[in-house]
Amino acid sequence: MDRQIRRVGIGFVLLFALLFGQLTYVQVVAADRIANDPANAARQIIAEYKVERGVILTRDGVVLAESVPAEEGSALLFDRDYPQGALYGHITGYYSRIFGRSGLEDAMNEELSGEAPELAIQNLSDLILGRPREGASIVVTIDHDLQTAAADALGNLPGGVAAIDPNTGDILALVSNPSFDPLEISTGTDRAIRRAWKRLTDAEDRPLISRATDELFPPGSSFKIVTASAALENGFGIDSTWPNPHRLALPQTTNQLRNFADVHCNGGSATITLLEGFVESCNVTFGQVALEVGAREMAEQARAFGFCPTFPPTQTDCLEETIPFVLEFETGRFPDPAYFADQQPLLAFSGVGLDNDLTNPLMQALVAGAVANEGTMMQPRLVTTVLDPQGRPVREYGVEQFSQPISDETARALTEMMRQVVSRGTAFSAFADSPCRDLVAGKTGTATGVESEAPHAWFTAFAPAGPGQRQIAVAVIVENGGGDTEATGGAVAAPIARAVIEAYLGGCVRE
Amino acid sequence: MSATVEEREPRVSTGLALLLLAVLISVLAYALAFLGLRGTLPKELRVYAVLYMAGSIAAWLVIRWTARRADPVLFPLAAVLGGLGLAMIYRIMVGRGEPSFADEQALWLLVGVGVFILTLVLIRDDRQLDGFTYTIGLAGLGLLLLPLAPGIGFEENGARLWVRFGSLAFQPAEFGRILIVIFLASYLSGKRELLAEGIGRFGLPRVKDLGPLLLAWGASLAVLFFERDMGASFLLFGVFVVMLWIASGRVGYLVLGVVLFAVGATLGYLVFSHVQARVDIWLHALEPATVLDQGYGQLAQSWFALATGGLVGTGLGQGSPTLIPLTASDFIFSAFAEELGMLGGAALLLLYVALIGRGLRIGLERMDGFGKLLAVGITTALALQVFVIVGGVTRLIPLTGVPLPLVSYGGTSRVATFVMLALLVRVSAGPWQRKAT
Repeated sequence: MDRQIRRVGIGFVLLFALLFGQLTYVQVVAADRIANDPANAARQIIAEYKVERGVILTRDGVVLAESVPAEEGSALLFDRDYPQGALYGHITGYYSRIFGRSGLEDAMNEELSGEAPELAIQNLSDLILGRPREGASIVVTIDHDLQTAAADALGNLPGGVAAIDPNTGDILALVSNPSFDPLEISTGTDRAIRRAWKRLTDAEDRPLISRATDELFPPGSSFKIVTASAALENGFGIDSTWPNPHRLALPQTTNQLRNFADVHCNGGSATITLLEGFVESCNVTFGQVALEVGAREMAEQARAFGFCPTFPPTQTDCLEETIPFVLEFETGRFPDPAYFADQQPLLAFSGVGLDNDLTNPLMQALVAGAVANEGTMMQPRLVTTVLDPQGRPVREYGVEQFSQPISDETARALTEMMRQVVSRGTAFSAFADSPCRDLVAGKTGTATGVESEAPHAWFTAFAPAGPGQRQIAVAVIVENGGGDTEATGGAVAAPIARAVIEAYLGGCVRE
Repeated sequence: MSATVEEREPRVSTGLALLLLAVLISVLAYALAFLGLRGTLPKELRVYAVLYMAGSIAAWLVIRWTARRADPVLFPLAAVLGGLGLAMIYRIMVGRGEPSFADEQALWLLVGVGVFILTLVLIRDDRQLDGFTYTIGLAGLGLLLLPLAPGIGFEENGARLWVRFGSLAFQPAEFGRILIVIFLASYLSGKRELLAEGIGRFGLPRVKDLGPLLLAWGASLAVLFFERDMGASFLLFGVFVVMLWIASGRVGYLVLGVVLFAVGATLGYLVFSHVQARVDIWLHALEPATVLDQGYGQLAQSWFALATGGLVGTGLGQGSPTLIPLTASDFIFSAFAEELGMLGGAALLLLYVALIGRGLRIGLERMDGFGKLLAVGITTALALQVFVIVGGVTRLIPLTGVPLPLVSYGGTSRVATFVMLALLVRVSAGPWQRKAT
């Protein structure tokens, strides 16, 4: 009997050895693979929410996103809070345990969740001392007062505003309407989060998409800044004269290019200067300029400003990285020269920002910024600093130059042309009573997308024109003119840009 | 077999020191679980510690009083397993916001200790039980099949295991199994010489000696087919085959037992969709269709818990074991392995290895066949139960839901295990043969 009992013992030892083996396999050998299985999302998220995620701050110290201790009984240690709500929805993005991340929450996740290499020592000491891990905080370039002013100025109109510092590329304000409150899809019960998500994704006006950076619209006449640059860079002066027909007859077709509201520019005179065509925003003039400069030069100029070459209708996506940016950014589009080879009339339309030209407010602000910054275009910068949990900077993002699309001389000529748009041209009435009037250089745009819809109203500007310490470049779009079929860039978009400029320059009181 | 009874008495201090260590670990686990979960110590920590200490000391004094020469390690092992289990049940139930369920289990633990004491007081010599072979056997069979009785038996989670008298519901099979083990120890020790006879060089049992084997097989199949309880069925049959082999010394019984088990398992697989489902889940646990299916995903969740825990675990109260359905009962081992890691899970298993080792040693040391078979039978029942559930939740074998002895949620199982341990303590008190080496 005893012999059997000993054998039973050996048998049990073998059975338990199998258990130890299996435990070692699941918990050590294959642990990473199993734990990272997508079906283990619940645990992965709970692990993420164990970290006291870092804060997102504006340059003036306003908290945009922070982690707060979760309510009693929650499976999570921390909840994400967005004290400024929808005002910064597209900048912070959301941090949803069900629907993932967007915006800076996504782009800077490694830093915010404390996984950045600079925090390795901090993490180790937290682990040893049993403290919850803390993420790094990030400082963004946004000026909170300006962001508020821009959002107030845009009001309930659908559209977007981008304001940058032309000398550094710093984003000062970035507003898109309609927006969303990231809190709704980040924190709360699963049911509430799902309901909010469904409402936001089902909404026809797509509030989750930023009109300032993600969407593309025809630029209309605001693109004439690029066309004028091409002319100036290719030997045509500000006073170069152009024939001034009522309508421009186009090669290869019976179609004609008309001026806005079908007017005859410059009082119906026989010729018109480049300056006058710009100030009055003459399509006839700029159609001729584009045709005269040529497809290759136009495309090269657009590319130098960061517009991505496309080949419609087969290839409309951008296949190369043009302007780097921390958030999702659709840079502008301009067709490849080959596109115009056997359709010359379209080059005239492209010269006035129609056909397949596309852009958005951030893109336009960068273009205006290049003019303001003596021809040098800066990379847009949103994040300046990563701070460790004690508030010490551990990483800085420097100011980077993107390109030199135009010469200093061209920039000065364009500045003069854009000043006159404000002082006596299409933006005159918007700035007539502004103390900033003499300092602002701008260009209006009224872009017809679909015939049946009201046109998009654009204004692209910078101030102060000429040397100044504190400059701002701003671009505004009011989508479909806010529903007003009579809307123009000068009437609808320019007053919004004016409010932003005045807010930034403190009412333009000279010292 | 020489029947020299050796007088020996374990050192008092050894047992007491182990017991105090067991209480310390138990109370510490309870405190740490709350600290991990809530960040604060539980308000009732002192009451808990005092009650745990008082219950343990009471049981220890009764062992000293009624079974002076008993094994000193068994009860401390029971105390630490029960304490760890209760700490984890509190952690899970508080995590779910249902602490009253844990209070109920604390009460059952006290009842278990009470029944442990009662068993030791009532049964002063285990050989008392040897006199009622068939009465105990019939009573055991009756309890096994009681849930089938109309009116009082009822089904839960697809298995007919429960009996209700008024407001009290329990699983009679847990106690039935103990009676069957006592019966087998009694029956087999009496029939040893007969069973040891065999035919031919392979020592196959004679046809007329196959009776008990086939009867036990039949009873196990009845449990499987009519109560649809795979776990209980396997445990019953496994314990029987091991005891029969030990009693007879014939490997033929073991081989035949394995063959009959294979036949029974195949039958079960062919007849029952829920047996097929278990095997299916086992084979395809991590495939998306299985994971997403409500309930079927529990094995995947268990694996996720283990893998997330890794080598050292998340810390008590800091994992997410409540994501696994049935965490506190079938999957409590996964909760330990998640929060204490592979090292903690292995440590828990080692406590059982120690318990099993002591149980087999008690069997070796006993002089008489009945005592030997009773000790080894109880030990085998516990060992197989641990293997089946831990193997199940770690996906070593298809999952069959049985409680992890002394640790899992469940009143009947807890009390029944204390009865088994009381019997083991009683058997360990002698009479012994020459000290086994």
